[in-house]
Amino acid sequence: MNELTHTASIPRAFFALLRRDLLLAFRRRTELLYPLMFLLVVVSLFPLGIGPGPALLARIAPGVLWIAALLATVISLDSLFRSDFEDGTLEQYLISGHPLTLIALAKTLAHWLVAGLPLVLLSPLLAIWMNLPTRAMGVMVATLALATPILSLIGAIGVGLTVSLRRGGQLLSLLVFPLYVPVLIIATGGIMAAVDDLPYQAFLGLLLAGLITSLTLAPFATAAALKISLS
Amino acid sequence: MLTVSQLTFERYFQPVFKPLDFRLQAGGLLLVTGANGCGKTTLIRLLAGILTASEGSIKSTAAGTAYVGHLLAIKDDLTVVENVRFVRDFLGTGSRAVSEVIEQLGLRRVAHQLARTLSAGQRKRCALARLLLCRVDLWLLDEPYSNLDDEGIGMVDRLLQQHSDNGGGCVVATHGNHRPPIAGRTEIQLISGHRSA
Repeated sequence: MNELTHTASIPRAFFALLRRDLLLAFRRRTELLYPLMFLLVVVSLFPLGIGPGPALLARIAPGVLWIAALLATVISLDSLFRSDFEDGTLEQYLISGHPLTLIALAKTLAHWLVAGLPLVLLSPLLAIWMNLPTRAMGVMVATLALATPILSLIGAIGVGLTVSLRRGGQLLSLLVFPLYVPVLIIATGGIMAAVDDLPYQAFLGLLLAGLITSLTLAPFATAAALKISLS
Repeated sequence: MLTVSQLTFERYFQPVFKPLDFRLQAGGLLLVTGANGCGKTTLIRLLAGILTASEGSIKSTAAGTAYVGHLLAIKDDLTVVENVRFVRDFLGTGSRAVSEVIEQLGLRRVAHQLARTLSAGQRKRCALARLLLCRVDLWLLDEPYSNLDDEGIGMVDRLLQQHSDNGGGCVVATHGNHRPPIAGRTEIQLISGHRSA
């Protein structure tokens, strides 16, 4: 019995997990719409609350879009490990012998594909609503494309820590929002620079650096957090 | 394949069970019995490595562990086939056909139903697919007979016999009267470690 490999290969397990999570997301697709609807509602409330002056809207557009994106991400985050924790799948991950870090990465990637990517795709429409100048449109999409994965990766650490708590979702937002502040500052700074026709490449470079850092480090922290939550 | 010495686990500074010593040989089966709340599930979770022992040691030479606990790790929004296929691709070696495993579990009729529509016994059978698909030495089964009908109980016994014949070890926790008819069976009764009472 020993001479046989006792467990599936790691890439095979990684893609099996990714495929299953995407299939589950598809089965629960109405749940996927809530964060997007929330995003639409929040962004459309600003012109109503502040007044529909085109110049004013254009000025606040980067901040509004990004804060709405942060809120929508946090709403979608809580489900990342919740059902796995409640139905015992998380225990099975631990026992499987596969590195928990790669499992965390597969789960986070699946989360970004179903929660982050639609947000990036929807953002040009929101930018038009907010009267964001066309020349800044590309940069705004670029900041979201680079930074929404960071939001998922950092958020996953918070989810890992709070998944065993009864009302973990509320604590989660308190935990992760402070960590999102640098991303918010850099991303909106980049869009503002593009609006003002200033060089914006450095902001995108910083976001890319942040993406690479969180991609390499966050899954380890998430795995450690999940282990704490299980014991 | 498993050597446990002076194992204790404390919850809120209370030991859950009295210190434990036992050995599990290849091909052996250890039956853990005891009243509700005496720490059967805790012991199984300790052996699985989900919990960490407060004192004592667990030495395992097993290549791989399969665990079926109270939480069945079945996704309600997936069909039986999809659940089993995920187990095969994620945990198993993938050499067996999914349909064959489902047939063996007696779930052919409900194979394409969502897991949420299954009965408790059918869900249990679906979770047992893990044992058919993983080539691991050590099985940790927490109340494997619960919710199963007579035919299902017979199936679990056959699986245990087969695993034992192949040289695998098994720890089974149960509070029921049914005893798996395995030759190398040993039994320990857990005694609650609470000092008060």
